[in-house]
Amino acid sequence: MQKQLAKMKQSLFDQGYLDEQFIQLEDLQDDANPNFVEEVVTLYYRDSVRLVQNIEQALEKNPLDFSKLEGYMHQFKGSSSSFGAKKVKTECTQFREYCRAGNAEGCKRTFQELKKEYATLKKKLEVYFQLARQAGPVEKACRPK
Amino acid sequence: MMDLCGFSSPRSDCFPAGLRVLVVDDDPTWLKILEKMLKKCNYEVTTCNLARDALDLLRERKDRFDIVISDVNMPDMDGFKLLEQVGLEMDLPVIMMSVDGETRRVMKGVQHGACDYLLKPIRMKELRNIWQHVLRKRIHEVRDIEVEEIYTMRNVTEQQSDDGYLFSGDLITGKKRKDTTANKNDDSSSSKKSRVVWTVDLHQKFVKAVNQIGLDKVGPKKVLDLMGVTWLTRENVASHLQKYRLYLSRLQTENELKATLGGIKSSNIYSEDHSSVNVCLQNPLSQNSVTMQQKIVINESSKNLNQKDNSKICEENMNGIISGPMSKTKKALLGDVNDPMKSNTSRLSFGHSLPKIEVQSWQEEKSHFQAEKPRVASIEPSYGNTKSPGIERVTKVESTAALFSVQPQFIYRHAFENNLFGGVAGPSYRLWEDELNCFSSQGVSNPPYADYGCYGSQELIADVPYHSLNFDSEYTSDSLEYPVIDQGLFIA
Repeated sequence: MQKQLAKMKQSLFDQGYLDEQFIQLEDLQDDANPNFVEEVVTLYYRDSVRLVQNIEQALEKNPLDFSKLEGYMHQFKGSSSSFGAKKVKTECTQFREYCRAGNAEGCKRTFQELKKEYATLKKKLEVYFQLARQAGPVEKACRPK
Repeated sequence: MMDLCGFSSPRSDCFPAGLRVLVVDDDPTWLKILEKMLKKCNYEVTTCNLARDALDLLRERKDRFDIVISDVNMPDMDGFKLLEQVGLEMDLPVIMMSVDGETRRVMKGVQHGACDYLLKPIRMKELRNIWQHVLRKRIHEVRDIEVEEIYTMRNVTEQQSDDGYLFSGDLITGKKRKDTTANKNDDSSSSKKSRVVWTVDLHQKFVKAVNQIGLDKVGPKKVLDLMGVTWLTRENVASHLQKYRLYLSRLQTENELKATLGGIKSSNIYSEDHSSVNVCLQNPLSQNSVTMQQKIVINESSKNLNQKDNSKICEENMNGIISGPMSKTKKALLGDVNDPMKSNTSRLSFGHSLPKIEVQSWQEEKSHFQAEKPRVASIEPSYGNTKSPGIERVTKVESTAALFSVQPQFIYRHAFENNLFGGVAGPSYRLWEDELNCFSSQGVSNPPYADYGCYGSQELIADVPYHSLNFDSEYTSDSLEYPVIDQGLFIA
C-alpha cells in the first residue's frame, strides 16, 4: 500500500499537480499531527469556497473591477501556494496577468480553467489521503523524483 | 549555545528555542502551516488572523513576544502599517510575508522597517533563522545607546556640566558603558523594561526638555532630569534621543530635497508601482485609507506616480532609508510635495482633511510643534480624501498622524525641520502648538476613523497613549532604521 501511495504521489508530481511545498508539509507530519497535510488541504478547500464565490460574483459585474479581482487572486494564489497546488497557482498567475492587462475575457476564461484545476486536484487528493490513511504512517523519505 | 552578547536570561541558555513568535495572517491555511513550522523550530507560537488582534495582544503585555511575523495583505489593516506600529510602539523586529515578491513591494517592506521579507511558500529553513533578527535588534539597541552617549559627551564637553556623572561616566566610554548596557541586556527579555513606550505625553515631555536645553547642548541626563519622569532611565532617554536625532536629520534631508525639488505634481506621486515611492495604504481594502505616515516619494524615479487615488506615500520610511545616498532624489520629491500641500490647503474642505493640510504647510514653515493633545479630528490624514486626488499628496499622514496623537512624531519632524532650516529653535515649537490650536478649533470631526479602517483611528481617540504609535511611522522608521541601515540596505 505504501508503494501504491508513493506511486500516486509521484504521478501527482509528474503531472504537475503538486510541487515541493507539498513535501515540506509532509515533513512536518509527526506523531502529534500524523495527518497534517490532509488537515491543511481540507482547511484550504473549506476556506477558499468563499473566495471562489467572491470572484465569481465579481466576474459577473460589468465592467469588471480588475484591481479587486487581482486582490482576490492574490489571496487565492497565496492560499494555493501553501500546500503546493501547482496548477491552481499557475492559473492564478495567469488570471492576474489578464487583470493587469484589463482583459475581461481572458480573466473569465482563466477562471474557468482555474476552477477545473481546483476541483480536479481536490478529487485526486481525496483519493490520495484516503490511501494514506489506510497505508498508515508514510515514510518521510519518500520524495518523488 | 555560546554566549550571546551578554544574554543571560533563563531563556538564553537554549536560545533560540523558546523564542516567542506572534504570527499574523488572515489566511487560515498559512496560519496553520506557519504555526506548525515554528513549533518545529521549538519556538513558542501565538497565532492571530487579524492585525488588530495582533496589536491588542502585543500591547496587552509588552514583553510577551520577541518577534512578529505578518503577512502583508490583511483585511483589517495594511500589513505595512501594522509593521510600523509594532516597530514603533513595541520596538520588536517584524518580518513580512507575501506571495508577492515584486521588488517594489519588498522595498516597501524594508522601508517600513521590516527586518526581513519572506516569500510564500515559506520554507522551514527560513523560519529557523528568524532568531537572528531578534538578536541583531538587541545588539543595535545597545549600540544606539552607546552612540547616543558619545554624542552627548561631545555636547557636554564644552559646557559647564553639573552632569558630573554624565561627563566622567561617559569619558570612560566604551568599557563602562558597555558594561552597563551589557548588564542591562542580561535581563534579556526583561530588559524590555528599557523598552519604553514613548507615548505622546512622554514624548512631549521629552521634546520640551530637549528644546529647553537646546539640541546642541542636550544630553540624556539633562533631558531626564528636566523631564522629571522617575521611572525613566538615562538609557531610555539616550536611546530615544538617538532616534530623535536621526529623525531630525532625516527631516533635514527631506527639506533639502524639498528645496531642490520643484515640479512634481502631487497627483503624480502616488505610484505604488514606483519603487521609490513608499505608498502606504492604510487599509488595503479601502481605497481611501490614509496611512498615518506622510509619504513623500522619495526615490529617483518618482515620476510615475499616478497610482490609486488613495495611496499615500510613506515618506517616513523613505526618509529613514534614504537619508544617505538617496537624499538627492528625496529632495527633489520633497520639494514637490510641499507645494501641493500648500495649495491643497485651500482645497481641502472636508472637515478632517483640512486641518491636515494646513498642518503640512506649516510643517514646512514652522517648526513649532509642541504637539498638542491628540486632536484626532484635526489631523486625520486624508482618510476621507478620496475626494480629491490632490489631497493624496497632502496625505502627509505623518503630520496628521502627528497631530492625531502622533504628535511626538510630528513634533520631531517639523520642529526639527525648522530648526534645520530656519535655525528656529525652541520657540518654533510653540508656534506649532498655536497652529494646532487653530486646528482644534476647527472642530474637526472624527469621520476619518471610519475610513481608517485600521484600529488606529478608533484607538487613537480612545487611547491616547497609543497615539504615539501613529507618529510611530516616523518613529518606527527611526527605530527600525537601525537594522536597515546597519545592514546597509539602501536600496537605490
